[in-house]
Amino acid sequence: MSSREPRASGYFRSSYDQGLRLIETRTQWTSLIAFLLALGAFPFLATSFQLDLACQVFLAVIGSIALMLLTGYAGQVSLGHAGLIAAGAFTAGILFKEFGAKFWITIPAAAAMGALIGLIFGLPSLRLRGLYLAVSTLALHFIVIYLGGEYETKRGFSTGIVIDAPRIGDLVLRDRKIWYFVLLAFAAVTLLISLNLLRSRTGRAWAAIRSHETIAEALGIGVAGHKLLAFVISSSMTAVAGALFSYYRGFVSVEAFSLFLSIQYVAMIIIGGMGSLLGAILGAIFVTLLPYVIEYAVGLLPNARSYAGMLAAFNYSAFGIVMILFLVFEPQGLVGIWRRVQNYFLLWPFKQKPLGGGRR
Amino acid sequence: MQLAINIAVLAAIYALIACGYVLIYRVSRVLNLAHGELMMLSAYLLLTTASLFSKNPLIALTAAVFLSLCVGVLVYLFLMRRMTGEMVLAAVLTTVALGVLLRGLVVLIWSAQQQNPAQALGWANYSIPVFGAGRISAAGAALIAVTTLIYAGLFLFLRFSRYGIRMRAAGQNPLLAAQRGISLHVIYALAWGLSTFTGAMAGILISLDSGLDSTMVLIGLKAFPAALVGGLDSLVGALLGALIIAAAEVLMIYYVDALLSDVVPFLVLILMLIVRPWGLFGTREELDRV
Repeated sequence: MSSREPRASGYFRSSYDQGLRLIETRTQWTSLIAFLLALGAFPFLATSFQLDLACQVFLAVIGSIALMLLTGYAGQVSLGHAGLIAAGAFTAGILFKEFGAKFWITIPAAAAMGALIGLIFGLPSLRLRGLYLAVSTLALHFIVIYLGGEYETKRGFSTGIVIDAPRIGDLVLRDRKIWYFVLLAFAAVTLLISLNLLRSRTGRAWAAIRSHETIAEALGIGVAGHKLLAFVISSSMTAVAGALFSYYRGFVSVEAFSLFLSIQYVAMIIIGGMGSLLGAILGAIFVTLLPYVIEYAVGLLPNARSYAGMLAAFNYSAFGIVMILFLVFEPQGLVGIWRRVQNYFLLWPFKQKPLGGGRR
Repeated sequence: MQLAINIAVLAAIYALIACGYVLIYRVSRVLNLAHGELMMLSAYLLLTTASLFSKNPLIALTAAVFLSLCVGVLVYLFLMRRMTGEMVLAAVLTTVALGVLLRGLVVLIWSAQQQNPAQALGWANYSIPVFGAGRISAAGAALIAVTTLIYAGLFLFLRFSRYGIRMRAAGQNPLLAAQRGISLHVIYALAWGLSTFTGAMAGILISLDSGLDSTMVLIGLKAFPAALVGGLDSLVGALLGALIIAAAEVLMIYYVDALLSDVVPFLVLILMLIVRPWGLFGTREELDRV
C-alpha cells in the first residue's frame, strides 16, 4: 500500500488515526498548496494549444483512475474501457439530441448508465477470472460500440452526433479556460472519491480480493458484492468522463471509441504503475502527451513533409514499443521510478534501507 | 446452397486462425492477442516476396510462409521468453503491445492502401460452380483444403511425433515436463513458430481471396471466439467452434442485418462464457486452493 508508506525519513506515527490521514507532514502541505497554485495559474499563462492538452489530460485522468480502481486495486481486468467511455458519451449525446436535455441531467444520467453497464460488465466476473474476464469485457466493448453505431445509422446521424456547448445561466461553456477549471474540478473530485474509498473498508476489501479471492471470502468479505461494486463505481466514473468528453469535443461518433482506446487506457495504468493512484495520473499524462511528442519528433526528421501522412503509424509503433519496454523492463511503471528516486533522497547518504524496513 | 458454401469457407477461415490461438494457449497458457497482426504481417511479407520472385509464385509463397515461421520463433525468443514465469496477464498485455507495434510497422513499411497479393503473383481469382447451385472462389476452395490438411497434420504431429508429444507434455505440466528433460524454451518457440505458420497460411489465403489491408486484424480477433467456444486448449473444439461461429454469423447477416457481422462472434462468446466458460471441449480450470 504505497500511500500508507511513511513519506518522511523516519516513522513518526503514534496512533492509527495518523495512518489514515491523507496529508501527514508540513512539507506535503506546502507542496500541495504550491501545486494547486500552479494548477490555478496555468490557464492564464498557457497557450490555447497547451490548455487543450491539459483538458485532454484531465479527461484521461478520470478514466485512468477509474480503471486503476478496477484493475490496479480490485484486480479485475477490463479490456472494454473504451466501451464504457462510449456508453457515457452516447448517453449524453442521445439525451441531448432526442430530448434536448441539459447537462445537469445528462451527466448524472451518464453516471447511472455507466453504473448499469458496469453491473452487466461485472456479472461475468462472478464466474470468470483473469484472462477469461478480460475476454468477456472485450466482447462487451464490441457490443456497446455496435449499439452506438446502430443508433447513429438508424437515426441518420451516420457521421456522428453534434452536441451544443452546455450553458449555466448566461455562461456558455465554450472558452477553454472555463473548461480547464471544470475538468480539473471533475478530476479532483474523482481523485478524492477514490482516495477515500481506498482508505475505507471497501478499498481494503478490494485489496484482499485482488490478493486472493478464496482467502478474502474466508475472511468474511462479500466477494461477489465487492467485485460488482468495483465494476459499478469504476464504470460510472468512466461514463462521466465519456459524457464530459462528448461535451468538450461537441461531437460523438463511434469511430472515436475503437479498441485502441481501451488499449491506451490499459497502457496508462501499466506505464503509470499498477496499484497506485499517482501512477494512474502519471500514466494518463504520459499516454496523452506521447502522440504530440511523436508528432514533434517526426517534424524534426529530414524531409518531414513526406512523413506527414504516416503520423498515425508512427504513433502506433512508438506506443507499442513504449508499452513493451515498460512491461519487460519496468513492470512497476513510472511510479516505480519515482519511488526509487524518492528513496534515494530519503536514504541519502546511505544506499539501502536498514534490515526490517526501518519501520519500528 | 450458397449459404452452406459461405458458412464452410468462413468456418475454414476461423478454424485456421483459431488453431493458432489454441496452439499457444495449450502449450504456454498465454493468449496471443497479436495473432491477427501476425497474420496480416505474413500477408504483407507475401507481397514483398511476390515482387522479389515475380517469375515463380510458388517460391514466393513458400518464402513468405517460411519467413512468417521465423517471425514467430523470433517473437518468442526476443520478447515472450522474457515474459515466461511472469503473471499471465502481463504476457497477454505484451502481445497486445506487440500487436499495436506491428500495426504501426506494417503501415510504415507497406503503406495503408489496400493491396492485392493475388495480382502481384499474377493469379486471377475465378469462381468455380459447385453442384450447379452455388459458386465458390478458387481461394475459398484452397482455404477449405488447406484447413483440412493443416488440422490433419497437426493431429498427426501432436499424436505421434516426438516433438508433438513433448508439446502436449509441456502444456499439461511444465514443471514435470522440464524435469523429464524437455527444454521448455524450445517447445514454446516451436509452438509460436507453428502458430504463426498456421496464421500465415490463413492471412495469405484471405488476402488472395479478398485483398489486403488493416481490416484483417479484425478477422483475426473475430476468430478468437471460435477458439474459446470450442475450448481454448482443444483443437477439435476450435474446429467445431469455428463452425458454430461461422454459421451464426452468416445466418445472422442473411436473415437479420449485415451490420451484425462484427458483433455476432462476440455475442456467442459472451453466451458461452456465461454458460460454460471452459468451452465445449476444454478442460476445466482447477479449483482454488489456499
